[in-house]
Amino acid sequence: MNIMTEQSLENAVGDKMNAKSNEVIKMRGDKVGVFYGEKQALFDVNLDVRLNQVTALIGPSGCGKSTFLRCLNRMNDTIDSARVTGKITLDEDDIYDKNIDVVELRARVGMVFQKPNPFPKSIYENVAYGPRIHGLAKRKSDMDQIVESSLKKAAIWNEVKDRLQEPGTGLSGGQQQRLCIARAIAVSPEVILMDEPCSALDPIATARVEELIDELRQNYTIVIVTHSMQQAARVSQRTAMFHLGYLVEEGATDKMFTNPDDKRTQDYITGRFG
Amino acid sequence: MSSLLVLAIVIAVGVVAFVIGRQRASAHETGKVKPHSRAHYHGWWAFLLAVLPAVLLLAVWDVGSSFYLDRHIHAALPERTVDSKVASEALDASLVKSLARGLRRLDGGTALPATFAELQPLLAAKGVALASDTQDYMIPIAVEANTVQDRLGLFGAVLTFALSIAGAFYALRQIAPRARARNNVEKLMLWGLLAASTIAILTTVGIVLSMLFQTITFFESVSPMSFFFGTVWDPRFAAAGSGGSQGQFGLIPLLAGTLYIAAVALLVAVPVGLMSAVYMSEYASRSVRSVVKPALELLAGIPTIVYGIFAVVTLGPFLRDLSAALTGGSPFIQGQSIFTAGLVMGVMLIPVVSSLSDDIITAVPRAMRDGSLGLGATRSETIKRVILPAALPGIVGAILLTASRAIGETMIVVLAAGVAANLTINPFEAMTTITVKIVNQLTGDLEFNSPQTLVAFALGLTLFALTLVMNIVALYIVRKYREQYE
Repeated sequence: MNIMTEQSLENAVGDKMNAKSNEVIKMRGDKVGVFYGEKQALFDVNLDVRLNQVTALIGPSGCGKSTFLRCLNRMNDTIDSARVTGKITLDEDDIYDKNIDVVELRARVGMVFQKPNPFPKSIYENVAYGPRIHGLAKRKSDMDQIVESSLKKAAIWNEVKDRLQEPGTGLSGGQQQRLCIARAIAVSPEVILMDEPCSALDPIATARVEELIDELRQNYTIVIVTHSMQQAARVSQRTAMFHLGYLVEEGATDKMFTNPDDKRTQDYITGRFG
Repeated sequence: MSSLLVLAIVIAVGVVAFVIGRQRASAHETGKVKPHSRAHYHGWWAFLLAVLPAVLLLAVWDVGSSFYLDRHIHAALPERTVDSKVASEALDASLVKSLARGLRRLDGGTALPATFAELQPLLAAKGVALASDTQDYMIPIAVEANTVQDRLGLFGAVLTFALSIAGAFYALRQIAPRARARNNVEKLMLWGLLAASTIAILTTVGIVLSMLFQTITFFESVSPMSFFFGTVWDPRFAAAGSGGSQGQFGLIPLLAGTLYIAAVALLVAVPVGLMSAVYMSEYASRSVRSVVKPALELLAGIPTIVYGIFAVVTLGPFLRDLSAALTGGSPFIQGQSIFTAGLVMGVMLIPVVSSLSDDIITAVPRAMRDGSLGLGATRSETIKRVILPAALPGIVGAILLTASRAIGETMIVVLAAGVAANLTINPFEAMTTITVKIVNQLTGDLEFNSPQTLVAFALGLTLFALTLVMNIVALYIVRKYREQYE
């Protein structure tokens, strides 16, 4: 499964050639470390997230990639024993600064989880949840507008437009995940974090979500954790390889998959471990 | 021979069978054939076969022989004459039985006097007191009864031993490398567990039936219509047989009081309990939780009579004086009132609501919280808009369970709510409940078969039906809610 096909590799490389290089740094991690109680899960990670690019975090299970992702919108705060060291900036502002409101931060840095987790509410209410909390719509028609455009951007509008009042939990797994993406988009975040968004989905649903990620790149900055090498190659422009809590190496996706500097990366992407 | 001694010997036989069985079976373990069951299973099987049938026989024999003895005594008693001093034959028989028990205390050597007048001081010296209407002719019957009992007891003991030893031998003979002692023991365990769980169900059925028959007797003298729809409760404690009016047994004032007090209690318990559950499951750090949760559950361990005392001695007078001070003279809250009883009952129910809802809130998947927090919702927004709606069916179930507790609660209302069967909407007046009236009707010197007493059973059955329905609805809702996530 970890072995890449020639075809997909060529496509990935081809995309890179055409893409205009964009080197604005949206988020920056500087010597980020994470402790769960006494145990250190992440060590001195320096990683940049570039504007309007997809950054893929790869590595074997337990390597700290999800931990790093959850630092980027301070979701680790919800775990009592977790402690973060180092510095993470969003547009040059330290997100762990005392003056930063974590609620506001999470509105700017949205998150899509591994398992689709729609609320036990209607499809409409699922999408309207964020805008309602943040007061983004004054009138019902504004809210309708937000819901419709979010569902359209998440490429699920055509499937659900006739049953917006039905419960979101009644959708199929792939539809639920796209609903969750629509829900995240509805609050107009600048960055979207995705924690293995396709691991609970079948190949067809996965393909749809990947297509979607590529489209979303126009307007958002995306960080995605994935176990699938092909997925990283298909959707990302930058790839970061984690191992045992350390960042092994980071670079343009085409280079990482064709000519990595580190032997561990080489071994991992060719399926020798992980 | 006493049954206890027989039991001890049977168990001793069982232990011996266990030891021998285990030894024999372990001798097989070194053989060529792989044994089916471990040695101690063979031991247990021998023990169970030696003890269980024997004990069952002993129990049946004891019950049967006491029946036999009863009939024997009844047959021996002379036909009852009209001028007999004692009221009935059953009373005669029980006199004979207590006499027989007394005679066993006497030494075998002394000659038995023929008249009760001579016998009484002898027995009194042994510490046996006898009823004064024991007749002389009962003495030989009692002696005879003792002999019969001894003979029956000996028979039973011998039979029990025989069965016990036979069981042990049968089990020991069965021991072979491929014998399935393990499966046999497991099967017996299953039956044992099944029997244990049946007890609760049978008891419930028994309770319902016993109340049902008394209730039917009650409805023979009072019509169900006037009971269920009557608005006046005035049972008239008239002496039995004196005729006159029967009194009115209207359920409505009691039912209204019950529901009113329960409603006040829920009004206190539900918001406080729910909020403390939210605090405990969503906000409290582990260290705070480890202190607060047991403290709250301690509240559930206080006997309700203590709450009742608190209500009637401290809170009731305090509220009365407070209301007097507020109006500058006459108190508008009575010492015993719906408000006081409801308030104290509500405090009692706080831990019930909070621990039930705590479990339900904790059961809401973490993914729901993460999803909401990840969108930039605050904790309280997450609770209000995601967690509570998701947990709502479960919480409703918890509230219904709590409500059935409130309706069935007795001691607090007996002390704090008063006994006057009023129909009022003023929460500061006294009102009474179904449970209070059950206590009232069953205490005191009332004839048991009068409607005044029997109404307690009708009330009890009504209460039972009421709480049963609420529990069923609550369980249905809770179960339906569970399916939603799993």
